[in-house]
Amino acid sequence: MTDLATAPAAKPTPHVKENAIIRFENITKRYGKVVAVDNVNLEIREGEFFALLGPSGCGKTTLLRMLAGFETPTEGRVFIDGKDVAELPPNKRPVNMVFQSYAVFPHMKVADNVAYGLKMDGVDGGEIKRRVEEALELVKLGGYGDRMPDQLSGGQRQRVALARALVKRPRVLLLDEPLSALDAKLRDQMRSELTSLQEKVGITFIMVTHDQDEALAIATRCAVMNRGLLAQVATPADLYEFPNSRFVADFVGSVNMFEGVLDKDEQDHAIVRTQELSAPVYLDHGVTGAKGSTVWVALRPEKIEMHKRPEGSSPMKMEDAPAGTNVVAGVIRDIVYLGSETIFEIELESGRRVRTFRSNLTRYDQEDFTWDEPVWLAWHACSPAVLLS
Amino acid sequence: MEQTWRQARGAFAAIAAPPLVWLLLFFLVPLGVIWAYSFGENVGPITIDLTGTFANYMRALEPLYLGIFGKSVIVAGVTTLLCLLVGFPVALAIAFASPRMKAWLLLLIMLPFWTNLLIRTFALIAVLREQGYVNFGIEWFWNLASSARELVGMAPLGDYEPLTLLYNNAAVIVGLVYVHLPFMVLPLYSALDRMDRSLMEASLDLGAGHLRTILLVVVPLAAPGIASGVLITFIPALGSYLTPDLLGGTDSQMIANVIERQFKKANDWPFGAALSFLLMYLTFFAIAAQALIQRKPGRR
Repeated sequence: MTDLATAPAAKPTPHVKENAIIRFENITKRYGKVVAVDNVNLEIREGEFFALLGPSGCGKTTLLRMLAGFETPTEGRVFIDGKDVAELPPNKRPVNMVFQSYAVFPHMKVADNVAYGLKMDGVDGGEIKRRVEEALELVKLGGYGDRMPDQLSGGQRQRVALARALVKRPRVLLLDEPLSALDAKLRDQMRSELTSLQEKVGITFIMVTHDQDEALAIATRCAVMNRGLLAQVATPADLYEFPNSRFVADFVGSVNMFEGVLDKDEQDHAIVRTQELSAPVYLDHGVTGAKGSTVWVALRPEKIEMHKRPEGSSPMKMEDAPAGTNVVAGVIRDIVYLGSETIFEIELESGRRVRTFRSNLTRYDQEDFTWDEPVWLAWHACSPAVLLS
Repeated sequence: MEQTWRQARGAFAAIAAPPLVWLLLFFLVPLGVIWAYSFGENVGPITIDLTGTFANYMRALEPLYLGIFGKSVIVAGVTTLLCLLVGFPVALAIAFASPRMKAWLLLLIMLPFWTNLLIRTFALIAVLREQGYVNFGIEWFWNLASSARELVGMAPLGDYEPLTLLYNNAAVIVGLVYVHLPFMVLPLYSALDRMDRSLMEASLDLGAGHLRTILLVVVPLAAPGIASGVLITFIPALGSYLTPDLLGGTDSQMIANVIERQFKKANDWPFGAALSFLLMYLTFFAIAAQALIQRKPGRR
């Protein structure tokens, strides 16, 4: 692989330490004949904001609940802080959980909710009071201690759940779909608040989500799961730009996928032939695959550039395409205007449809292209990901 | 929807009228007659004069009858308490059983309902009497212990004296608990089954054990279910007639037995009517108390 194909720099995460605070060792969970989690091996480092990402039923929640102690693995071992927690019941584990429904006790005041865990630990009254206030301040609910939960909004109830878990100073905070019940605006706000909260308290956060945007936006590292298996564990940028399989490429973000045959595989370039494109795909890096084997070329819509194609003009030459080395002809069939960007659906000569995004850089950009207009599509030789599975 | 339905007066009347007439004729009118009797006097074997006297109520408030009222309240109260203590774990277990098991367990709880009360009570007699299965069971162990003693060279225990389990207050309470348990289990079950499981998980997660989770989270949240379970167990238990009649001794009669005697053997309908109404007022009091308790946490 050349320089362009190497992973981009991860975002600075000085609070992430080297030691693994969570370790799943050969974890399998079966419900009767259904395998919910299939031989998962995973390490999560101290201080990470880790996301378990996947479609519903992929086993991500089961994995989280194993950490909390609500599920026991059928096979394998779970370590928290180096200790095998197989025998530990939920109330003896150094982790706390924020439930999807928040599970704020409806019959207790906010302050009593937050104090609950400390009372269970036998912390003395004065300290409970101080720490409860501190925790409510932390989640910006100072002064709400005397309210009953049904006097709070959904977002505020979630903050109570957060404060109630954080006040116990757990080694790891578990979050089950933390933002799914909030409306869009509030969700955006809570995303950044969760990140800054995590940086402030320095506790390892592990979040389960089915929303890839959420995972990419918040997490320092993600594990993508599919049918109980770990599909890929990587930083958000690596997941998006360097997916390791069709499943990950398709699940994380939007993608154009072409099935082809590896025609040439050299140290510094590779060529994939595909029925769906009129020209072979040129890649500026080698691929580790046998010549003649089936591969998939995954191309993100925003990485495709679109140019006008006057009727009857000769095919665009490589050097004429500013974006690089791959050029195919097509006709615009559908346009979806989203304000900040526009989605174009282009029909290629093979009949295959391809999507591309175009940012509306000026207020008149959206008028540049229209329905049934012939266009050239071009992309860099380094843009597509080549997938072997 | 609701409003348009109410506006259709004709349809509303057609549907509401038959049950209203039924209730009026066969419930309210007889109740009114009994209420009137309670202010009357016996003047002949079957003639009652409605004189407007309070003598029946005065007599009903004599220590003898007040004592029986008090005793009925205590017996019904103990029955309710035992039903709650036995019923709560049962309801909890059913609520947490797998869906398949749940159906079977609920069926088991409801099964006695399909059997006549008289038959169930006689069945209980067969279990509790001196030649009953409880005594048989104990006797079997007794004999076993006796021969074991002989085996190791000690003197045998002697003949087994059967325990007297019937015709006393304990038998009445055992019978009442048996009869009323489903009334307690079902409302408790429905309250527990509806409860958000993640609340209990949250409690465990925050460091509480199972016992503290039940006491601090489950019981308070199930309070409305507990209150209605207590009420619908207490009220029929207070007015029980058959169970104390068949299982009780001479000193374990409850107020309903006294009332029955007034209407039948004693042929004193006015006095029986007065006792009946006092029992009804007592029941209203229990319902009012329950409503008050339920209103307190009723913020939602």
